[in-house]
Amino acid sequence: MQVSIYRYIPGKDTEPRMQHYDYVLPDDRDLMVLEVLEDLKAKDPSIGYRRSCREGVCGSDGMSINGRNGLACKTPVSEAISRDKLMLRPLPGLPVIRDLIVDMSQFYRQYERVDPFLKNDTAKPAQERLQSQEDRKKLDGLYECILCACCTTSCPSFWWNPDKFLGPAALLQSYRFLADSRDTATEERLSKLDDPFSVFRCRGVMNCVNACPKDLNPTKAINEIRTLLVKNGT
Amino acid sequence: MKNLRTLEFDGLIVGGGGAGLRAGLQLAESGYKTAVLSKVFPTRSHTVSAQGGITCAIASEDPDDDWRWHMYDTVKGSDYIGDQDAIEYMCSVGPQVVYELEHMGLPFSRTESGRIYQRPFGGQSKDFGRGGQASRTCAAEDRTGHALLHTLYQANVKANTTFLSEWFAVDLVTNQDGTVVGVVAIFVETGEIVFVKSKVTLLATGGAGRIYDSTTNALTNTGDGVAMALRAGVPVQDIEMWQFHPTGIHGMGILVTEGSRGEGGYLVNCDGERFMERYAPTAKDLASRDVVSRSMVIEVDEGRGCGPNKDHVYLKLDHLGTEVLNSRLSGIMELCKTYALVDPAVDPIPVVPTCHYMMGGIATQVSGQALSQDEQTNDVPVQGLYAVGEVACVSVHGANRLGGNSLLDLVVFGRAAGLHIQDVLSQGVSQRSASDSDLEAALSRISRWENSQSGENPADLRAELQALMGSSYSVFRTEEKMRDAISKLEDLRTRIESAFLEDKSEVFNTARVEAMELDNLLEVAEATAIAAEGRRESRGAHARVDFENRDDENWLCHSLYFAEDRSLRKRAVNFAPSIVEPFEPTKREY
Repeated sequence: MQVSIYRYIPGKDTEPRMQHYDYVLPDDRDLMVLEVLEDLKAKDPSIGYRRSCREGVCGSDGMSINGRNGLACKTPVSEAISRDKLMLRPLPGLPVIRDLIVDMSQFYRQYERVDPFLKNDTAKPAQERLQSQEDRKKLDGLYECILCACCTTSCPSFWWNPDKFLGPAALLQSYRFLADSRDTATEERLSKLDDPFSVFRCRGVMNCVNACPKDLNPTKAINEIRTLLVKNGT
Repeated sequence: MKNLRTLEFDGLIVGGGGAGLRAGLQLAESGYKTAVLSKVFPTRSHTVSAQGGITCAIASEDPDDDWRWHMYDTVKGSDYIGDQDAIEYMCSVGPQVVYELEHMGLPFSRTESGRIYQRPFGGQSKDFGRGGQASRTCAAEDRTGHALLHTLYQANVKANTTFLSEWFAVDLVTNQDGTVVGVVAIFVETGEIVFVKSKVTLLATGGAGRIYDSTTNALTNTGDGVAMALRAGVPVQDIEMWQFHPTGIHGMGILVTEGSRGEGGYLVNCDGERFMERYAPTAKDLASRDVVSRSMVIEVDEGRGCGPNKDHVYLKLDHLGTEVLNSRLSGIMELCKTYALVDPAVDPIPVVPTCHYMMGGIATQVSGQALSQDEQTNDVPVQGLYAVGEVACVSVHGANRLGGNSLLDLVVFGRAAGLHIQDVLSQGVSQRSASDSDLEAALSRISRWENSQSGENPADLRAELQALMGSSYSVFRTEEKMRDAISKLEDLRTRIESAFLEDKSEVFNTARVEAMELDNLLEVAEATAIAAEGRRESRGAHARVDFENRDDENWLCHSLYFAEDRSLRKRAVNFAPSIVEPFEPTKREY
């Protein structure tokens, strides 16, 4: 297999280039893309990428794998490989710091803009706040987000308006709190979203749904917010 | 130093996992100038991988539950070298701390009455071991660590905590009076070296499972805080105590929560026999982790392992039905399908005991204050230094941690340290200065790697170290192998100290970070090796073939390892809880 990796080391490279590595895949088992990267890095330590948990829960190693955004640690080579080639590039739409490492500041700013924390202005009980199993179920498919940015960086609306459109990941988080029976700031949250860009720039392309390595559905969450906004406006 | 940029804080927290974020929240809310410095963006920290839950007597599943029962279980689980003042504090304050997390928004699973869902976990009992299995582990499905870490990060966003994300702490800066005055760190994105000065430094850097070749730990768990402490002359306690989790996915090391057995799963050998019934007739598959791991190794050694090489056993979950699996263990379903290519609803999961948790660490008071020892074996505080979470050894886990107690440890002691530091700062601590030579000492490791011109590849040396630790210091330990490994580690030290950092670029140089992590792995490995050889008994997770029994006469104590002379000393265990009567050591059976 030939692995081609996007390389750019500021101060060393004048412009980005693709570097090619030969890699012999084992016969007896499939590998995750991250395992291939780790093997290559053991020989060429200069390859830059983020990684931590290596089990798809920390969200460090989002990258473009043969043109599709995914987590390197959760993408089997057999699923990604095409004509014996594996092409690894940084997530699109964010500035590259080095090699496969992108500057996530914009992405984190969007997250912070939706006030990603529970707001409840009632007095705290001595124990936990009660929540029915039914209400808790509304958080499934929302709270599991790992902030890997695979969805947001696959979204054309984000590419065009990264400063004004919040992007699928931040909106999924926004809905996670709107949907929480313990949160009392629905009105405030909705009013902050009620403009032509923050939510409504979503064109329903659903790249985010395809890209999500956790099988979450940001488009559905965005549609729920739209419905709330429309209801709120009438 | 002229060219060294300096940042100044009242409180500096190194590490952005559960413990660091809980402490950071406390300090940020107090208004003191605080920073959380972390080598990864905080939600990438290893707390995110915790699955099963946080154990705490909130009396949701059982209205009669009592924190004293939790305390009893924890003391017994520790094989009696957990400090009872600390365990009492953790178990009694726990409910309040868990409710605080819920108020912050942690999406706990719920009971029918809307309270927090609790599941059974290993080593749990009612009525001081007399009332059968308890259900005491509060859970957010099987993603409790993820839910907890994100909730704490969110609370810190709300509190406007200052984060130094993707900064790598290289070493503690200690001045001539032995006071810790901050750290030297690298801002990884630019490669800039900065002196982060602080009145108080709190280490919350997590564990070091990567000293082993087979581990459930993240690639980033390289014991940075333990190594920094050792290099600064601070000893580490009970570092020989490493937990091997019974259910790591065979060949992958990926964790399958103990909650899967809590929900009714069980282990079988190649004959399909539920073998834990023989080793732990009462608790069976929910015996303590050290007990289950040893039983599994014995099954395999005696030829009853599964698979073509008979080198693992099976965890059976299919009888639980898809509804339970999908609603309570959905994360496990995903992990098994992705990494073991097994659907737990249909087939059993191949599992082996896998390195999971470091019970040892920097000895501290309940307040998180780091401790050393003087010549007369009295505890002496290390001025300016605190530690919480897995890097610390307060000690609530002793020789064996109970499942669900690590998340509780993080938040209870992260909070306690935050409160204590807030108190200390309010009394007006002045910033102590550091001389150029103090700083040079902390910078020496950077210079060594920067000046390396040739030598071995750090990645190869790391693999060698991990294989050595895996073969010599796993579930069962023998004198011969340990002695051999100690001399091999000496040789590895020489080779690592003359290894070669080929990539010397400035911007986001992960090779440089990994080289420094290798130094840290070596420190932890050597401390483990010498402490394990020194403790001549079997207790908790430390099982020696040549000293099969617990030896309370000589070893009902902590070990304390000092790196400068590679010596092992003893430190007394605390048997003086303030509310309940102490639990005296008895034979430990499940």
